[in-house]
Amino acid sequence: MTARIGVVTFPGSLDDRDTQRAIRLAGAEPVALWHKDKDLKQVDAVVLPGGFSYGDYLRAGAISRFSPVMETVIEQAKAGLPVLGICNGFQVLTEAHLLPGAMLGNNHLHFICRDQKLRVEHADTAWTSDYTAGQEIRIPLKNMDGRYVADSYTLDQLEAEGRVVFRYLDFNPNGSLRDIAGITNEAGNVVGLMPHPEHAVEPLIGTGRTDGLPFFTSILKKLVNA
Amino acid sequence: MARVVVDVMLKPEILDPQGQAVQRALPRLGFDGISDVRQGKRFELEVEGPVDEAALARIHELAESFLANTVIEDFTVKVEEVAGAAK
Repeated sequence: MTARIGVVTFPGSLDDRDTQRAIRLAGAEPVALWHKDKDLKQVDAVVLPGGFSYGDYLRAGAISRFSPVMETVIEQAKAGLPVLGICNGFQVLTEAHLLPGAMLGNNHLHFICRDQKLRVEHADTAWTSDYTAGQEIRIPLKNMDGRYVADSYTLDQLEAEGRVVFRYLDFNPNGSLRDIAGITNEAGNVVGLMPHPEHAVEPLIGTGRTDGLPFFTSILKKLVNA
Repeated sequence: MARVVVDVMLKPEILDPQGQAVQRALPRLGFDGISDVRQGKRFELEVEGPVDEAALARIHELAESFLANTVIEDFTVKVEEVAGAAK
């Protein structure tokens, strides 16, 4: 038996297929979920993929957060369902207040697309156990609204509780406070990050490395061993 | 019909690169003496029925939960007289 991992498609999602492929390559079964459908089809985990859901109208993630599927995702994430938000998915998670802080436009006002070096600060979340703390990885980054902000009290709390999971190395591509690229919730089941692990799972494409694959093998091991 | 206007602004401590870009363009256009620009959003809601306390409370809730993200933004709600409506 393998794990079933849902991938939500919103209107404007771009990376749902790549995410499904990454899940399949890791050895799990991807399950397509639809934004208008409250039913999560009994999946064991959910990924909110990248893209420009609802055109990023109002604020990135602001409209998706109120979609029918998110009602169930929010409810079950609070009960422990593992959820990963990548890029636009991270924006949806902050808008849904499953993760603290908010995402704003890049400080340089340009779309950015590059191979980005990151440090995995914590390997004790549901989605990072196949990394080691302190490991440096390189995966693609592509966004317009990637600037992570939160008040200094929240930032201090995230640091103190070990909830800054990924930090930009060498270059801060969007003005994110404290070089934060990804964070987790208190329980460690909800993780959001701006760069794209699903685009770095095969040597042939992306960065030419498979630095993103451990996201998907981490969750698979957790679910299968549960 | 009455109009309710919701203005949404980034909180003062949040960096606003768009506002800065606008401000930096001003001297080139011959506008001097403007030391800072911050850019926000304005929503005009055309309300059916009376804008009483209950309606305003609902709009306040709408602004707080949806039109603004109060992690990064502040908002104000005000009722605007629509020209020509009073007869």
